[in-house]
Amino acid sequence: MGKIVLKQVRKSFGDVHVIPSVDLTIENGEFVVFVGPSGCGKSTLLRLIAGLEDTSSGTIEIDGKDATMLPPAKRGLAMVFQSYALYPHMTVRKNIMFPLKMAGMDPEAATKKADAAAKVLNLTNYMERKPGQLSGGQRQRVAIGRAIVREPAAFLFDEPLSNLDAALRGNMRLEITELHQTLKTTMIYVTHDQVEAMTMADKIVVLQAGNIEQVGSPLELYNHPANAFVAGFIGSPRMNLLEGADAAAVGAKTIGVRPEHLEISTTAGQWKGTVAVAELLGSDTFLHVNVEGHGTMTVRGGGDVNLRHGDTVYLTPQAGKTHRFGQDGKALV
Amino acid sequence: MATQSSRATARLMLAPSVIMLFVWMIVPLAMTIWFSFRIYRLLSPDRTGWAGIRNYTWFFNSPDFWLGISNTLLLVGGVLAITIIFGVLIALLIDQPVWGQGPLRILVISPFFVMPPVAASIWKNLFMHPQNGLLASAAQGLGMEPILFLQSYPLGSIIFITSWEWLPFATLILLTALQSLSSEQLEAAEMDGASALSRFRFITLPHMTRAITVVILIQTIFLLSIFGEIFTTTQGGPGSASTTLPYMIYKQALIAKDIGRAAAGGIIAVILANIVAVFLMRSMGKHLDT
Repeated sequence: MGKIVLKQVRKSFGDVHVIPSVDLTIENGEFVVFVGPSGCGKSTLLRLIAGLEDTSSGTIEIDGKDATMLPPAKRGLAMVFQSYALYPHMTVRKNIMFPLKMAGMDPEAATKKADAAAKVLNLTNYMERKPGQLSGGQRQRVAIGRAIVREPAAFLFDEPLSNLDAALRGNMRLEITELHQTLKTTMIYVTHDQVEAMTMADKIVVLQAGNIEQVGSPLELYNHPANAFVAGFIGSPRMNLLEGADAAAVGAKTIGVRPEHLEISTTAGQWKGTVAVAELLGSDTFLHVNVEGHGTMTVRGGGDVNLRHGDTVYLTPQAGKTHRFGQDGKALV
Repeated sequence: MATQSSRATARLMLAPSVIMLFVWMIVPLAMTIWFSFRIYRLLSPDRTGWAGIRNYTWFFNSPDFWLGISNTLLLVGGVLAITIIFGVLIALLIDQPVWGQGPLRILVISPFFVMPPVAASIWKNLFMHPQNGLLASAAQGLGMEPILFLQSYPLGSIIFITSWEWLPFATLILLTALQSLSSEQLEAAEMDGASALSRFRFITLPHMTRAITVVILIQTIFLLSIFGEIFTTTQGGPGSASTTLPYMIYKQALIAKDIGRAAAGGIIAVILANIVAVFLMRSMGKHLDT
């Protein structure tokens, strides 16, 4: 159930090679997140797996069988769309039952299944409503319900939370993670939000311009980014990437220090700068510091850091927490 | 924002146009009702006075009356059926990405720009004419007798010509409805295992119901008063085979020159239109909500 293998998958639209060549194995039961900046081909990759786009070359195997040429319905996958793509003229129950109806299941059994799915998703009281009468979070759950009833080999999520407000997004994030723990089904989740990637994934796939930059667990990516791109993309606020003499001193083209790995001092340190903006979050303080010769660096301090715009600070990287990158952007070990 | 005084102001500001529209509607209607109970014949202007309900009874007893009503409804129903069915199909077709889509769409829409009498003349003289018509020569080329369209199938021919004129309108409205359907819904249905036919039946068609309702309502209004096509082609004949209610009214007003009877026919037409309107709103009004 639910092992997906991509072999040299390529996708071109005319002369534009959206995905030059991708090899990837997704194990059964894994929660895999495709993450990358917009236009990096992560949605295209998902649509290739779903069968909504045809591959230009390469093969896609699902459960050990070649599914490259199979139509979407035959692949046994379920997808949750960014816009939810609920059927507006059908009630919630009919929406959830639609895939069962299409599979020719007898209506009574289908109703029973839809009700069971609704119970899991707290939708029981809304079954007779139309999607237009639901809130964003409820619509999201209906879309998930429609995916669950099919008992797919894998779930595909295409930026499912990007239309929700911040608080709801946090809740739905938890719900989807819990759902994965309950169902233990393979899930592939596309997002541009690295926080979602870090919090939900068993395995993160970082994409840029259609190429896989790095595959690994969230902490692997955080602690050992393979290159400067991954280093800058994973982690929030972004890692500070510095070039010049400081980098050359350790034999690298670029060095990276995460904001949380910089010591703040008002008296002495490696780099001197002035605070441009101080963001006080209560638990943390984010300082945006103009450092001579390096531009703006971001520093994360505790909630008790009492610095304001214009104050002079000294920054020092913690020992052993500096990442070094070579001429080609790859990490130096 | 809607305080007492702002509502009052709004009513005051709207009043002139409401009054204007009301007068615009009520004066001709009142005059028609008035004439329909009068003796008013242009050929004998000396005879005036009240006719009672004789103008109406003349209509009801006329041998053509029920034929006229049924022809009117057949014309409306036939054109609606043809334009909706083919409108949906053509809209589906020209919604596909094809080379030259823009010019193609303009070509599809162009019959709507042809005036009804011109369109009818074209069909009568260039296509359906038994000697010079294209269809006749096509039939002869195949070794068959030319079909006398306007003599053998007068109402059918008129329904066809009118459908040709109105098909672009239906197509245009239905095409815009089709274009507003989100592709993600169709993809979701595809993932859910719906075949192309099921996707049309369960997703596309329900999405288009409102547009179809609009097409039906608007076309009905115009089709109830179709006149030019009949006048140009069959003159209501042969006999009265293609006479409709508007055509009967025309014959009373401009051939028999009996304004009283024509007015009575007009009132009957208004009542018929209202019956149709109530029927349509009852059966389809719910599709226009939300």
